[in-house]
Amino acid sequence: MATLHTRSAARLMIAPSVLLLLAWMIVPLALTIYFSLLRYNLLMPGMEEFAGLTNYTYFLTDPAFFQAIFNTLAIVIGVLFITVVGGIALALLLDQQMFGQGIVRILVIAPFLIMPTVAALVWKNMFMNPVNGLFAWLAKLVGLQPFDFLANAPLFSIILIVAWQWLPFATLILLTALQSLDEEQKEAAQMDGAGAWSRFVYLVLPHLSRAITVVILIQTIFLLSVFAEILVTTNGGPGTQSTNLTFLVYAQALLQFDVGGASAGGIIAVILANIVAFFLMRMIGKTLEA
Amino acid sequence: MARNVSTQRKLLTTVVAWTIAILIFFPILWTFLTSFKTEAQAIASPPVFLFFDWTTENYFEVQSRSDYFKHFMNSVVVSFGSTLLGLVIAIPSAWAMAFAPTKRTKDVLMWMLSTKMMPPVGVLVPMYLIFRNTGLLDTRTGLVIVLTLINLPIIIWMLYTYFKEIPGEILEAARMDGASLAKEIVYVLTPMAIPGIASTLLLNIILAWNEAFWTLNLSAAKAAPLTAFIASYSSPEGLFYAKLSAASTMAIAPILILGWFSQKQLVRGLTFGAVK
Amino acid sequence: MNLRTFLLGTCSAVALAGLAQAETLTIATVNNGDMIRMQKLADDFTSKNPDIELEWVTLEENVLRQRVTTDIATKGGQYDIMTIGTYEVPIWAKQGWLLPLDKLGADYDVDDLLPAIRSGLTIDDKLYAAPFYGESSMVMYRKDLFEKAGLTMPDAPTWDFIADAARKITDKDNEVYGICLRGKAGWGENMAFLTATANSFGARWFDENWKPQFDQPEWKETMEFYVKLMNDAGPPGASSNGFNENLSLFQTGKCGMWIDATVAASFVTNPNESTVADKVGFALAPDKGLGKRGNWLWAWSLAVPAGSQKSDAAQKFIGWATGKDYLKLVAEKEGWANVPPGTRTSLYENPEYQKAAPFAKMTLDSINSADPKNPAVKPVPYVGVQFVAIPEFQGLGTAVGQVFSAALAGQMSVDQALASAQQLATREMTKAGYIK
Repeated sequence: MATLHTRSAARLMIAPSVLLLLAWMIVPLALTIYFSLLRYNLLMPGMEEFAGLTNYTYFLTDPAFFQAIFNTLAIVIGVLFITVVGGIALALLLDQQMFGQGIVRILVIAPFLIMPTVAALVWKNMFMNPVNGLFAWLAKLVGLQPFDFLANAPLFSIILIVAWQWLPFATLILLTALQSLDEEQKEAAQMDGAGAWSRFVYLVLPHLSRAITVVILIQTIFLLSVFAEILVTTNGGPGTQSTNLTFLVYAQALLQFDVGGASAGGIIAVILANIVAFFLMRMIGKTLEA
Repeated sequence: MARNVSTQRKLLTTVVAWTIAILIFFPILWTFLTSFKTEAQAIASPPVFLFFDWTTENYFEVQSRSDYFKHFMNSVVVSFGSTLLGLVIAIPSAWAMAFAPTKRTKDVLMWMLSTKMMPPVGVLVPMYLIFRNTGLLDTRTGLVIVLTLINLPIIIWMLYTYFKEIPGEILEAARMDGASLAKEIVYVLTPMAIPGIASTLLLNIILAWNEAFWTLNLSAAKAAPLTAFIASYSSPEGLFYAKLSAASTMAIAPILILGWFSQKQLVRGLTFGAVK
Repeated sequence: MNLRTFLLGTCSAVALAGLAQAETLTIATVNNGDMIRMQKLADDFTSKNPDIELEWVTLEENVLRQRVTTDIATKGGQYDIMTIGTYEVPIWAKQGWLLPLDKLGADYDVDDLLPAIRSGLTIDDKLYAAPFYGESSMVMYRKDLFEKAGLTMPDAPTWDFIADAARKITDKDNEVYGICLRGKAGWGENMAFLTATANSFGARWFDENWKPQFDQPEWKETMEFYVKLMNDAGPPGASSNGFNENLSLFQTGKCGMWIDATVAASFVTNPNESTVADKVGFALAPDKGLGKRGNWLWAWSLAVPAGSQKSDAAQKFIGWATGKDYLKLVAEKEGWANVPPGTRTSLYENPEYQKAAPFAKMTLDSINSADPKNPAVKPVPYVGVQFVAIPEFQGLGTAVGQVFSAALAGQMSVDQALASAQQLATREMTKAGYIK
């Protein structure tokens, strides 16, 4: 269909963004790879020397490394699970007739618009704090011991906070998809005597599959590098129970000021992210083509 | 009879939906309320909900300590600037990918998205050095450039999925009429693409407004946006919940209001091609 | 004349006028109460020096530290004055990153600075940073609760007394916890307290050959004492409590004792913020009879990066902010109790200050008894009471802090925590080349 003329024009049009992103990737990446091979601490200038793969060995043998990988995946999967399931439920609810639908939607969107730092500070201090927090007060109201969320369930608490921020996003996309479902189709299914559950499973869910994959893809990109929420609430702890890869790299870069180590960590994180991306793209590619 | 049941059901749905919506919104509401309390009331146990001595003292305190409008303007310039610049770069390439796809289009697109997965803290020092050498440290220009680059993949992808839904026949027809490539874009595509572009714009303003790593680390005094403003109220010595709440309210209010007013536009295009 | 030339002309005229008129100093500082007060009172400085304008970058402590360290190490040159701590000064001065302060003004009176504080900021007889406020740590306790339990706090308590008293005062049903201590992970949070405490138990971070000492019995004793005490008499959620969290707890009457920074004294005795303002007593940090008390030493100080183009103006400002007249200015505007403490001998000799600040003597004694050059009972190869002044310490201290925080939260045993601290420290020190 496309002529030769449009093809070359198309190349020309893609070029700026490809070149820019290429530069954006390659320049820092090249510098990072270079630094990752050096013994280079920002606090000890003039001591840089070639270190081979030492930085990589140290990063990979860090006692927290595997925990960090596990936590990174746990955060991604946990948040995805909550937001997709919760998002479908919320979208189904918001699709019903009700009074004040506009306001309800506005209230539900809000968490997505909040800065992550602010969200984390608010949750940590005003809700999860075991002495002054609202949850502690609620627990005491019903005669329970306040639960110390950030010490006893750090990863879960972080997943909860991040999920709160992303739930609106998932809900919105799923709701838009739901609203595009043919009213006639639904009615036809109802006529056929299909119950609510089977209508959901055989009609609604397949219709939502594209929207669900989109939610998964976009969120994964952001969730792989969750950082502010961890820094503000648990600082990766207690121990390393809520340290993810990004946080581990942060500790190298801005606590140790070990540029070499942080660069090695950054490269490893990029490689792992690309592995995740590869599988993700396979999965998405299929659904989006269909 | 049937009508009666339906009203009942509608009432029930209303109650359930409102309860859930208020629960989801509650942390923000609570922050807003706390910003009008004194520091002592802010940590009072049992907590006070509405019946306290409302005071605007925290807002005055925050304003006297840091120039809100300077930070606000920086946030506006940086988030709008980076989004507009991003759109200018992204629209042609998204158009090209959508209407003249090659075998590699998908790969290029996926590769672009994968650049977003690099943890920014790993490249902080190289970036800082580049910024220092180019004199971009603590400038709005510098922040616009960085935010444009980190959000570009999302912009392109959103536009691409949106453009792809525009039926090809319309373009064929336009070409038959002898429209040039430029005319095709301006007169045929753009009007159809407006909703998609609008929601891309909105989503990216939100993302840029809330970006807290680069904006905080590459700015100092002159270009510091609201994320830096917040960083001067989190965990100081002494009681701080009320002042933090006031500062938070001031930092999130503009984007919250923008988001609420434009939610129709945001939602309409926020489909990423998920709706067929 | 068309509009464009007119605009251009106006712009350059304004720019020129701006150049001639004022020099702008960018000051990076922490968002602590005393610094915020300095920012508010800075009009006094600018009215005396109309040719200098001030631009403030006020950030939370951790963010500030990352920002200024990145900037100074890469010579970014974004700040003319930096607020840094006792930890940074010796390391940065050694790198030649700081300008020696020799133009602070004729009436500055360097000899008036408290010797312990001054020595921490002096390298090779040159002052590299001027102390804005100084602190040690001490015991703050509730006189009413002690009276009720029939206890008397000595001026110089022992750890055994503190532990015993904490358990007696604790009344969990009424949300009164005998003792509040730091538990939140971080080299400047729980590790500041634990390192200082360990010093009094006879422990040390490294031996003379930089070998980590977490496998020694002194550390085990320290950690077992701490964890057990906090489980018996500490508040819930102690493993996420830092300075701030404990401050709110103490101010709302939930702690019987609190061992922390001396600057907290003015917050807990301030009736506007504290519900227990008139019931607070002070005592020196506890000891174990080994000759060292568990108190630390810290000074937030102002420094000028080397290579600064505006060093004269910057030093003029530092002279104003850390000079004697500034103390008077604060006293006039906000009362003597709110004066930045812990930097000048003359302040502690001032009868008005002694009257307004019941914690003055205890603060001075605590500061004077800290010795950063010989912090532990046994000899050590490093400087610093609650930290080890080497570049690697921030990362290492925080990693060890996380492990100890996990031990406090009950997620690993004290033995496990010490074993992994030893492993972490050995690893980092080997990587950094201290252990060959």
